[in-house]
Amino acid sequence: MTLRFLKLEWKQYFRSSHWQKGIALKIIMAFFALYFIVSFLAIGVGGYYILKKKFPETDPLTLVNSFLLYAVLGDLIFRYLMQKLPIMNIKPLLTLPIKRSKLVHYVLAKSSASFFNILGLFFYIPFAVVLIIEGYNVAGVLGWLFTIILMIQSANFLNFLINKNNIALGVIIVVLLGLISLQKFDIYNVTAFGGQIFDAVYENPIYSLIGVAILAVLYHLNFKQLKNLVYLDEAVSQKVEEAKSADLSFADKLGDVAPFIKNDIRLIWRNKRTKTVFLMSFLFLFYGLIFFTQKTYREMPAMLMFASLFVSGGFALNYGQFIPAWDSAHYKMLMSQSFKYRKFLESKWILMVVMTSFLYLLSFPYLYFGLDIFLMITAGAIFNIGFNSLFLLFAGSFNRKRIDLNKSGFGNTQGTSATQFLIIIPLMILPMAIFWVFNKFVGGNSGYIAVAAIGIISLLCKKYAMNFIEKKYIQNKYVMINAFGKEA
Amino acid sequence: MITIDTISKKYGKTEVLNVQSIEIPTGQSFGLVGNNGAGKTTLFNILLDLIRPTTGAVTNNNIVVSQSEDWKNFTGSFIDESFLITYLTPEEYFDFVGDLRGMNKADVAKFIAQFDEFFNGEIIGKKKYLRDLSKGNQKKAGIIAALMGNPQVVILDEPFANLDPTTQIRLKQIIKKLTENREITVLISSHDLTHVTEVCERIVVLDKGTVVKDINTSPETLKELESYFAL
Repeated sequence: MTLRFLKLEWKQYFRSSHWQKGIALKIIMAFFALYFIVSFLAIGVGGYYILKKKFPETDPLTLVNSFLLYAVLGDLIFRYLMQKLPIMNIKPLLTLPIKRSKLVHYVLAKSSASFFNILGLFFYIPFAVVLIIEGYNVAGVLGWLFTIILMIQSANFLNFLINKNNIALGVIIVVLLGLISLQKFDIYNVTAFGGQIFDAVYENPIYSLIGVAILAVLYHLNFKQLKNLVYLDEAVSQKVEEAKSADLSFADKLGDVAPFIKNDIRLIWRNKRTKTVFLMSFLFLFYGLIFFTQKTYREMPAMLMFASLFVSGGFALNYGQFIPAWDSAHYKMLMSQSFKYRKFLESKWILMVVMTSFLYLLSFPYLYFGLDIFLMITAGAIFNIGFNSLFLLFAGSFNRKRIDLNKSGFGNTQGTSATQFLIIIPLMILPMAIFWVFNKFVGGNSGYIAVAAIGIISLLCKKYAMNFIEKKYIQNKYVMINAFGKEA
Repeated sequence: MITIDTISKKYGKTEVLNVQSIEIPTGQSFGLVGNNGAGKTTLFNILLDLIRPTTGAVTNNNIVVSQSEDWKNFTGSFIDESFLITYLTPEEYFDFVGDLRGMNKADVAKFIAQFDEFFNGEIIGKKKYLRDLSKGNQKKAGIIAALMGNPQVVILDEPFANLDPTTQIRLKQIIKKLTENREITVLISSHDLTHVTEVCERIVVLDKGTVVKDINTSPETLKELESYFAL
């Protein structure tokens, strides 16, 4: 039976949409994965030596131990917010002749192999290896590592027992804050106390058996609780959220495009991925801080231009690049309704322009970094409004990948194809290059003026551009209907 | 009047549809029957210009559907759930479709109110998004949206599937009422022979993409169809 479950897991993993991607995307994703693994390993391996160097008078192990208690509580809060029991997986198995208890064991075992439990090991295992190399007591280190793994697993199962109970979350946060303030106001030395626990495990590895007992109890409690909940109206049920309708009648002033605008606002707010895009665009506002505060970039005006484009363009770039794939699920329906395609495109354009202008208004505090920077952001905003929003609409006519709106936002590359990489050239590289050329060879404010001028000229040509773009979409109608109809 | 003229559709070498000629006069209730893969949905998709036929053309009230989009103004359709905007509530969806069909909020509300019985209290005011409704309730919303804005032609793919018996009976009444004045042409596909024979005055049977029967419905039609499909 276990083997069968493992086979299912294997297939689920390798047939998931992660892997159904073009080779270029796979390579890029593998590169990122490798990058993260290497950085974690580096922290694990280098951690010992860094601590030794920074705090020569304390033992690095003792130092790490003294903060483990906080790490456990922080981990619990993080899990509470992010981790879910993978229970929906067993729904198709419920009607098959498999014992309920087996299914519960399967779910629990699966949860213990979750990402949340593995991530930390990338630090702890290399750290332990370094300790052994550095001549620490091998049995002690192994006992210590074993305890940590038990602790992570216990946190895993404790989290499911708490099960989205807000009171429990409150208790954990209060305890964490309480411990920190006890430490801070010198009432009780929590850090030392926490350290003593784990130091003791290192001295007497046999203490790690206490961890085994705790884990066993937690697992058993989970098992008992879950076994009674494996019903479609209990644990194995999809939560249905209540629909909230906001009054969007203010959009009616926009006339013909109003229905599409209203629809787009609802699309953005009611789907995970689009909501992430929307909220992220506010984070992009701060993107400039990375560049404007550093001396190195101060001497590289083209890079500053790059940052300036992002400050106001976060929404237009992230939302615009997937037009009209956001509507892929109901594209057929739209295509059987009577409306001018122009209105549909116009509404997307208005959305991008309004958001870009709004983000630009919010970027006014960048005046703090001087008029130069502000002019650059202004030029960037004009370019985003004039050129980029039209160009993104045009590029959209090449989108052939369906997007399922219900899938979550972070790290979701659904809908990505070569188009998304190619459009970077005109969207970002072009203004950077123009700015660089004018700034270098003409000087003065010509760089800002050139970039802004392209934006304004594009805006003036909007009508012609839109005619062209509309034609392009109508030409590609059947191909798009076909492509969007396919499961992603 | 709808004219289907030598429509065929090929994917690679396999021909999924080959219809010589079908004329559907205005006001007719037209039923399309066939097993899975017979080409019913493909034909409807071609009627709606969602798929391009390999050969031939469809004319909907003198408009060639692949050349002008004016037929959209008087054609309502519901093919499957992909015709719903799933993140909207049913009310918002009706408003959206109404907007596109030139109805204001009051018109929409008045129109929807007629179907209270059909909805059976499961669609309106439930504070649920369309994606969270059951298959049957999604279908109810989609069918009614297809009837908005006084369409002259209504195309419904498998409208009876997933509906409960009461709603099936109510839907049959709605369809009969639509064609009562012989002004609205209704095209329906179905796997359920009893339902189509009951509401459609003409039934075309498709098999592997070709028309094998074209019957004017009579009391014997159901028997005839049953014996055909029993093979």
